[in-house]
Amino acid sequence: MNSFIQSDLSLILPEIFVLSMAMIVLMTDLFIKPSMRWIIFALSQFALLGGAYLTGQHFNHETEFAFSNMFVRDGLADLLKMMSYLGTSLIFFYSRSYMNDRNLYHGEYFSLVLFALLGMMIMISSHNMLLVYMGLELLSLCLYSLTALDRDNQKATESAIKYFVLGALASGLLLYGMSMIYGATSSLDLNVISIALLNHPTDHAILVLGLVFVVAGLAFKLGAVPFQMWVPDVYEGSPSSIAILISSVPKLAAFAITVRILGDGLQSMMADWKQMILIMAVLSIGIGNVIAIAQTNIKRMYAYSTISHIGFTLFGFMSGTLNGYASSLFYVVSYMFMTLVSFAVLMMMSRKNFECETLEDFKGLNKRNPWYAFLMLITMLSMAGIPPTIGFYAKFMVLQAAFDAGFANFVVYAVMMALVGMFYYMRIVKLMYFDEPKLKNKLDVSIDMQWILSANASALLIIGLMPHSFMDATAQAIALSLH
Amino acid sequence: MNLTHILSYSIWTPIFLGGLLLLLSGKVNDTQAKWLSLISSVISFLITIPLYTAFDFSFGQFQFQEFFHWIPAFHINYHLGVDGFAVPLIILTSFTTLIVVIASWRSIEDRVAQYMAAFLIMSGLMIGVFSALDAMLYYIFWEAMLIPMFLVIGIWGGPNRIYATIKFFLYTVLGSLLMLVAFIYLYLHTHSFEIVNFYNTGLDLYPQIFIFLALFMAFAVKIPMWPIHTWLPDAHVEAPTGGSVVLAAVMLKLGAYSFMRFAMPIAPDAAIYLKGFMVTLSLIAILYIALIAIVQKDMKKLIAYSSISHMGFVTLGLFMFNSIGIEGAYVQMISHGFISAAMFLSVGALYDRLHTRQIADYGGVIHAMPTFGAFAVFFAMANCGLPGTSGFVGEFMVIMGAMQNNFWIALIAASSLIFGAAYSLWMVKRVFYGEARNQKISALKDISWREFFILTVLALLIILIGIYPKIITDMTNATTVQFLENMHLIKPVTSLPLDV
Repeated sequence: MNSFIQSDLSLILPEIFVLSMAMIVLMTDLFIKPSMRWIIFALSQFALLGGAYLTGQHFNHETEFAFSNMFVRDGLADLLKMMSYLGTSLIFFYSRSYMNDRNLYHGEYFSLVLFALLGMMIMISSHNMLLVYMGLELLSLCLYSLTALDRDNQKATESAIKYFVLGALASGLLLYGMSMIYGATSSLDLNVISIALLNHPTDHAILVLGLVFVVAGLAFKLGAVPFQMWVPDVYEGSPSSIAILISSVPKLAAFAITVRILGDGLQSMMADWKQMILIMAVLSIGIGNVIAIAQTNIKRMYAYSTISHIGFTLFGFMSGTLNGYASSLFYVVSYMFMTLVSFAVLMMMSRKNFECETLEDFKGLNKRNPWYAFLMLITMLSMAGIPPTIGFYAKFMVLQAAFDAGFANFVVYAVMMALVGMFYYMRIVKLMYFDEPKLKNKLDVSIDMQWILSANASALLIIGLMPHSFMDATAQAIALSLH
Repeated sequence: MNLTHILSYSIWTPIFLGGLLLLLSGKVNDTQAKWLSLISSVISFLITIPLYTAFDFSFGQFQFQEFFHWIPAFHINYHLGVDGFAVPLIILTSFTTLIVVIASWRSIEDRVAQYMAAFLIMSGLMIGVFSALDAMLYYIFWEAMLIPMFLVIGIWGGPNRIYATIKFFLYTVLGSLLMLVAFIYLYLHTHSFEIVNFYNTGLDLYPQIFIFLALFMAFAVKIPMWPIHTWLPDAHVEAPTGGSVVLAAVMLKLGAYSFMRFAMPIAPDAAIYLKGFMVTLSLIAILYIALIAIVQKDMKKLIAYSSISHMGFVTLGLFMFNSIGIEGAYVQMISHGFISAAMFLSVGALYDRLHTRQIADYGGVIHAMPTFGAFAVFFAMANCGLPGTSGFVGEFMVIMGAMQNNFWIALIAASSLIFGAAYSLWMVKRVFYGEARNQKISALKDISWREFFILTVLALLIILIGIYPKIITDMTNATTVQFLENMHLIKPVTSLPLDV
């Protein structure tokens, strides 16, 4: 019995470590002066580094379960956790000076982000609906409060309330759906559910009803149409340093639970969820891209762009093949890196008492600083899916998988919508390169931010030139985790 | 000399040098940037020369092949190789880049290093398009090439440049996305992105038609064929001279080349099935666009329409499915590369001096600029197909090829020679002859030695191809036979004497 618990605990070492570090950060913050805040920053980065080390120790090992199959550690979990650490670490770097300028640079920020990360890690590794829900709530509660971190900002508070109300509704839907599936299969364990569905075809109606609610809940968390209403408002209202978090890393976790619940647990109901995902993907790609054109607020534009990217992710997912899941995983991870740069540039261009948030603010960036204009150019090309950037391979893989699964018409549709998307991404390029600068001030960017941002954006291009190891990693992660 | 990696060097040297120039852009002054880019473009041009000298003319297959697995997960390879269709275009590309660098010596003052770097990078990418033997590699070069052109038109273009460049971009991308879908279809069918594997798919007519149409969208936009040509006049008018030259001399050829490399051999049955459609579009381009060219008031627009009309000959020749038509189309491509470059450079020379392109603003230029006037008249003659110039050879061969098919097609095509003469010569008459319209024109200085040099080289090349087209047809003979075999129009024969 003793060794049993030990092996269980050894599997969740990264979670334990991140949790303890989050506590330590919370406590340390009480005892240090504001000028010593770099200690908190260092501690948080250490938490991520340690988590990465602990996760890396078992990287690509065999699949292992813990706590009576509630918790799973497999290829998918390892990959997504690594990416989450990396993404969170980048977010800490990018938001530092932005938060400092706005007097938001407190210990709460770090501990809340670390708790959110813990929530994501739990989601990524959960193999039981209950644990999915726990992780999701931990993540969501942290995100709600982070959105309202700038307490005196009316817009931020408003969007936090919106986010909270709609998020709670979605959690309710998800929970309700889970309860129905539990009613039909008398288990919350994804393995047991999938076996039960295969062996004893139970009442189909109740299962499908449950499935609808589960899919709706997941779609809300992903931000797919028709559950996208919160996305633009929350992006616009929250500080950019929080929007960067909401838009990036949690999508990995949301993707993970989607794969685990739909692709693994409810895999034999694929015929049912495929249609729903198809409709959501088609609507997200269409509505996201078309409405983004009309936006003048850049954060709202990013929000609709996110919706369309989620649509593409689901597009790969709906093919229901391992190839499709892998393409979707590739898409969501590359999306995360793209969106990190896009928000980081936004924060870099903001300064004290000035928010960079309209398209106008990008005018003439090439004249003000050609290097950042170039980095943004790469990012926009990548988002638009133009080779040789990583975004192109992401779209290519997704389309290829969907084509393979027989969705040829929808591939043509998606391609046309990608064309619509190119318009508004290229509009930013146009503003940066062809227009005269409206703002004349020099951009002063801290040296670490310069290097990290450059590395992050160049990675979009460099991985684009040599994408195969990344492709193999995603394919392998999916192959190891689903069978 | 070891030529194993000659293609890679041809592609990556200009890209590397261009990138270097971009990095140095803040540290060098404009003169240094110009000299650096001149040296870079000379090096890039010289590297492509062995492709011609070491090429085995009797061999229709791909030569100088390079191969390694690039993205094994999707069977995407870094596979390069050239045949007789690609080599002249590659040399044309590196040559045009050199010309553009020299021609932009005085006309570009803003962000010189970035401008020159864009052309060098573009040149490498276009050579990549011509030498890629893997569809995905080809697609990546094809799309990447758009970015420098988008920026060149958008940054250094005329007043309406943003509209023009976005239109250019969206039109081209629309086509290429459909091409990507076609490639994915072919990949799922053959489990490979090798172009050679695409040639023998054994697909039925209907899938072939879809593939052909998807590829058609990509290539027809680029050529451009009527009725999706409208981006070209806009792009030409707004682009800086260098941009227009590259656009007309090389980019349009990418479309025609891609028809020969992809659309026709991959979907041969569809190509034959849709022959009437393609011929109709080509004839409309030849005739109707020539008529439109006559009424243009802007010189660049006129040449742009004339380009569309001349590219109509290329597509017409290709879809005659006989060797003389195809080789004629090919000669026409190369010849138009030189002639349109020369025409745009001439307009650019005038624009640099008076900053207007309206025909009505000129008149009697020849009194002030006699040498330049002589060149302009010569190029206009070449443009309308005067025997002895390269323009004649291509059009004549295409008309002969058409005549083998159908008298009426040949008749309509031939009639455009009259319209070609009409718009070219009428423009020359209005701009160069008559009394000097105003003080500014009488005060014009004749071309500098730099302009003289470029125009002389182009004129000599036009005459060379005009009286000795064999330097091109020698290259394409064996490849044309191979092409017709790929199209299943002739049975494979080991060597077929083919006299043109």
